Amino acid sequence: MNKIFAVAGVVIKELYRRKDFYVLFVLTAVLTLAAGAVNFFHDEKIIRYVKDLCLLLIWVSALLVAIITTARQIPAEREARTIFPLLAKPVSRAQVIAGKFLGCWLATGVALFIFYFFFAIITGSREHIWPVGVYLEAAWMQWAMLAIVIAMVLLGSIYFAAPSSTNVISFIVVAGILLVGGHLNAIALSQPEPMQTVLAWVYFVIPHLEWYDLRDFVVYDLGTVPARAVALATLYAAVWTGIFLLLAWFGFRRKNLTT
Amino acid sequence: MNVILKTEKLRVEYRNRDFRQQSKVALVGLDLEVHAGEIFGFLGPNGAGKTTTMNVLLGFVPPTSGAASLFGIDVRQPIARQRIGYLPELTYYYKFLTAEELLRFYAKIFGLTRAETDKRIAQLLKLVELEHAAKRPIKGYSKGMQQRVGIAQSLINNPDLLILDEPTSGLDPLGRMKVREIIQRLKDEGKTVFFSSHELGEVEAICDHVAIVHEGQLKATGTVAEISAGHTNLEQSFLKIVGYQTTLVP
Repeated sequence: MNKIFAVAGVVIKELYRRKDFYVLFVLTAVLTLAAGAVNFFHDEKIIRYVKDLCLLLIWVSALLVAIITTARQIPAEREARTIFPLLAKPVSRAQVIAGKFLGCWLATGVALFIFYFFFAIITGSREHIWPVGVYLEAAWMQWAMLAIVIAMVLLGSIYFAAPSSTNVISFIVVAGILLVGGHLNAIALSQPEPMQTVLAWVYFVIPHLEWYDLRDFVVYDLGTVPARAVALATLYAAVWTGIFLLLAWFGFRRKNLTT
Repeated sequence: MNVILKTEKLRVEYRNRDFRQQSKVALVGLDLEVHAGEIFGFLGPNGAGKTTTMNVLLGFVPPTSGAASLFGIDVRQPIARQRIGYLPELTYYYKFLTAEELLRFYAKIFGLTRAETDKRIAQLLKLVELEHAAKRPIKGYSKGMQQRVGIAQSLINNPDLLILDEPTSGLDPLGRMKVREIIQRLKDEGKTVFFSSHELGEVEAICDHVAIVHEGQLKATGTVAEISAGHTNLEQSFLKIVGYQTTLVP
């Protein structure tokens, strides 16, 4: 386990020493603060729009941090050839994959919880209520969803040579699942065969990232989701993350790194 | 003496992605044995199969057939690399880390305790004369300094076998002398060193045994004296073994 934490530590160090991470982080923080500070037409309900906008910003930023950071891990190691001194040590390729995943997930988690902290301060100062439980639940669910995304991107980075290809494909897949993934079964019903069966199959085999979107609960003050549902969603995320990491390890294990 | 590095009928083929082209055979039935306490020079012209052999030994490339082991353990198992140190030809390290952070990272991979790590890092930074730059990111180092970080990282676990891929390539005379001193010191401590080099004078000066590979095949192996027998020096012998013929018209 120490080896996995050691690899993860290097991923985190790299992330906080890279300038692009700070640009994205500061940009999100500034936009969140600015959005929270404005008061259009002195409308009391405007806070809902502000919350919606801020949460959208947090979702996009967290996805950007997760995908861009993860997509470059293995290709950058290969390109800079740092993978060789690393694998010349008693560390298995499975441990490298696990360490890369853990590093990216923890780093994204830190960024995410800081974003939510900003969000809580802004909205709390306007509404004078502090639904900490709702925010923690929303952040936790988003972080669980990001675990699936990070594992999926790591898998993609094993097979696609360039980080840019992995980035683009991952964004399309994640955006596709988030926007239409939950409606595929309904769309399937209105389609002729064989499209109906194909779409129904796609609905059942994709990871449903949209289940982790609790933004409406936060914006409309709907309270917390039952703990059992959160636990099941966490388990679902763990299973999908495991599947993607297993496939990534399988691909990486057979990869000839010298070509 | 114990055999600590062994290859048996090692064959490596690189499959060509274009199915119309034949796969490239990099090693053909390579048999090598390195004994404990030896300094073993691994020689051959460019493209002879030296790097491929090292890649197999370090687990980067799986053999197509045959076997390779370190300390009697199959090289495909990560634990086989617990007692080795590896210095690549060029400096492939995380440039955003400082020398101290890099050494600490590798020490963690080897499972060293915090106290051992602190002690070892202090010793190695002193050995490679990088104490003054220990807390600076590696990206700001000169080439020689980066190579010295490489030497330090290869020794972090106090290895019993050191695998060096052209360790003096691109170094100035002082850097070369430092590497030679370290190899000699390791020999005095009873360590085993397996290294590839094009510097035949250097090999002649410090090696106990040498092996010469050409076109993926082992052409000769033995002590420096055995290989050089009948020739003025190791270089002449090497050129004859690899079939070099001058194209210069006298």
